[in-house]
Amino acid sequence: MAETTQNGAGPAGGGSVQQTLLGADELILNMGPQHPSTHGVLRVKLKLDGERVAGSECVIGYLHRGVEKIAEHRTYQQFAPYVDRMDYVAAVSNGLGYCETVEKLMGVEAPPRAKVIRTLLTELQRIASHLLWLATHALDIGALTPLFYCFREREEILKILEKYCGARLTTHAFRIGGLQYDAYDTLEKDVERFCADFLKRIEEYEDLLTGNRIWLGRTRGVGVLSAEDAIAMGVTGPVLRASGVQWDIRKAMPYAAYDQFEFDIPVGKNGDTFDRYVVRMEEMRQSVRICRQAIEKIPAGPILAKVGKVLKPPVGEVYHAIEAPKGELGYYIVSDGTVQPYRVRIRPPSFINLQAFDKMARGHLVADVVAIIGTLDIVLGEVDR
Amino acid sequence: MMNHLYELLKIVLASPYTLPVIYGIVIVAVLPLVAGYVVLVERKVMADMQARLGPMRVGPHGLLQPIADAVKLLLKEDIIPEKADVWIFWLAPIVSMTAGMLALAPVGIGPAFQIAKDIDVGILFIAGISSLGIFGIVLGGWASNSHYSLMGALRSAAQLVSYETAAGMALVSGLLLGGSLQIRTLVEEQAKQGVWFVALAPIAFFIYLVASIAETNRAPFDLPEAESELVAGYMTEYSGFRWSLYFLAEYANMMVVGSVATTIFLGGWLRPFSSVGGAAGRAIDTVPGALLLGVAAYCLYRAPKQPVTVQKLVMVAVAGLCAAVAAALLAPVFVAQALWMKPAIHGAFWFLLKVGGYIYLFMWLRFTLPRYRFDQLMRLGWYFLIPVSIVNVMGIGIALVLHWERGMHLALALGLTTLMTLVVAGFLVRAELKREEQLRQAATGDAYAG
Repeated sequence: MAETTQNGAGPAGGGSVQQTLLGADELILNMGPQHPSTHGVLRVKLKLDGERVAGSECVIGYLHRGVEKIAEHRTYQQFAPYVDRMDYVAAVSNGLGYCETVEKLMGVEAPPRAKVIRTLLTELQRIASHLLWLATHALDIGALTPLFYCFREREEILKILEKYCGARLTTHAFRIGGLQYDAYDTLEKDVERFCADFLKRIEEYEDLLTGNRIWLGRTRGVGVLSAEDAIAMGVTGPVLRASGVQWDIRKAMPYAAYDQFEFDIPVGKNGDTFDRYVVRMEEMRQSVRICRQAIEKIPAGPILAKVGKVLKPPVGEVYHAIEAPKGELGYYIVSDGTVQPYRVRIRPPSFINLQAFDKMARGHLVADVVAIIGTLDIVLGEVDR
Repeated sequence: MMNHLYELLKIVLASPYTLPVIYGIVIVAVLPLVAGYVVLVERKVMADMQARLGPMRVGPHGLLQPIADAVKLLLKEDIIPEKADVWIFWLAPIVSMTAGMLALAPVGIGPAFQIAKDIDVGILFIAGISSLGIFGIVLGGWASNSHYSLMGALRSAAQLVSYETAAGMALVSGLLLGGSLQIRTLVEEQAKQGVWFVALAPIAFFIYLVASIAETNRAPFDLPEAESELVAGYMTEYSGFRWSLYFLAEYANMMVVGSVATTIFLGGWLRPFSSVGGAAGRAIDTVPGALLLGVAAYCLYRAPKQPVTVQKLVMVAVAGLCAAVAAALLAPVFVAQALWMKPAIHGAFWFLLKVGGYIYLFMWLRFTLPRYRFDQLMRLGWYFLIPVSIVNVMGIGIALVLHWERGMHLALALGLTTLMTLVVAGFLVRAELKREEQLRQAATGDAYAG
């Protein structure tokens, strides 16, 4: 096997190589839709030269539910729970994006108290989503144990969400115009306890992974995405920031109550898998920082703006995007003045980020393919909608 | 009539083949059970490290889980893929399994129990037979007619060839020190020299440890069955009992490499401080019995807390078992008439304890480390382990010559060898780090350029 001693780093070969060194044909490996590490029902057709990836094609659509079409037959309020089912590990963020978009369309604004609570819960959800990413990413690379540690902490967040709105996964936590439920009595205490614990626990994960030679070997120089490529492909979120582009909608176009809080945007420089790991780990710490500030100053006041029971936004169209855990989550809504939207178009971060997969995987080994799928942090519910 | 039977029994017992056959039957009958319980222990250890409980449902604390698993596997539908090469598909797991069990034959569990026979080339036999297991994996991967299986099999073949060399070199270091390939002689030599060879050749032991993990396809070198990449590698198309044969072979191999490492490097069935006698020696001899009595007491303490009566009974039975073994261990220490049993029973205890510790280390590593990538695995083997092991073997050879011919103190000579090998290893590591850095810069160079 000629390729065994070459390193996987760096782009090598191209899609056009039909014959390999030994004159053997290329192997088409069908990865998924049922495969332990394609994170749901992603199907990747890999063209392999030995173990080296000569080309790839993502086949999606196995989880397509027509969410955008459903929106045209539901009232604005009725559609809100559906968005939770897109990125089902970050349902709160999806809900926030949708509610804010409709509010923007109607020209109303949520009361300050609602905004801060929304921010708090969304940041908790960001931590939960990143924890799930870390768990599965580490598992894909072969580290079994972080999975259970991450789920232990994620459980605490889900408990807080459950106490708040009764649901753990598809929460439907927010309403158009604000909130349905006020913060429960011990919310601040629960969040503070979680934050204090969690900072220690992040150290634990880093002890297991960050300095580990094998982890470094598996992530550094793997799946490099340059800043230009990232921008050209519309990649957003931690994947973009790891490539060295400081772009975070929470800072660039603040929504909810993000303008009231101090936090940093971690940025990588190499755009490899390790940088994306570091960026996400730091983002969790920053989220803890935001949560701690938020529980300090939840203002008193109403939680729901006056929007009425029947929502009839004026004729028009609106685009609004938030920084979901996985990147820019945008909603484009066209209203014809009735109770139902005329058209809803959703810009899911996972779908767009998945575009970069082929670019990142080419020239690497099969083992790197699962690392790259993991580092993109895709959720198929969102890719297929 | 009775007389005839008696005569027959005498002839059978006198035959040199009888005992080995009985041992063989015991191995075939008992090994699956032992392997099943090793799996249970592994799951419990894993659960402990991952802040959860592990199997708790079947029997108290999941003690009957292996039996339930075995029944499940036996009753499962036996699927052979349509386009598989049926005969090879059928044969491959048996080859793996046979090699794993056969390699256990000359292993010496204590001075009295050599599983089958004390072959004079015992270690060579084990190394040779256990390498045959790879045929089962390669054939199984090929016969499955699936891409994942094929890739797993290819990885496995390349991995075994690479690491067998390093493991062999490491073994040679130990064999040089012991001066024999016979298992009994190796252990007795360690008793005579008053030191386990791990202290004389620590680097050889380390290399054997790493290489044996790779040889048994365990994490972090479990690429042939890398779950997240190749689904289940060469076992992808296997199910039910055939799958469990592969599984058994893996655990049998773990026991084999554990036994080899224990025999050559960890003093086999010798107890720690084997040269200490008198009162101190007696005190050390009571430790195994006391340990098991402690386990028995804990089982009794937990028994009333089990929710179901059957579980309480099982708990008491386990306590009784532990107490019986403890009695067997303590009797030779305190009763003069039972003294003749001591080497056999205590030897077996220490041997099994050491093998258990070795396997525990395997588990510990598995739950802690991420998995190597294929090219990294090969680099580790060819660019680090093999050169270091060769230097180490040569160094040990020179040290022994110096010791024999020039009367140099053995520990000093071997210490110098170890130091020299460490320096070589340091150079290799430095070169590797430098290369990695260069590669990384090459890979991420265009990110900087923009």
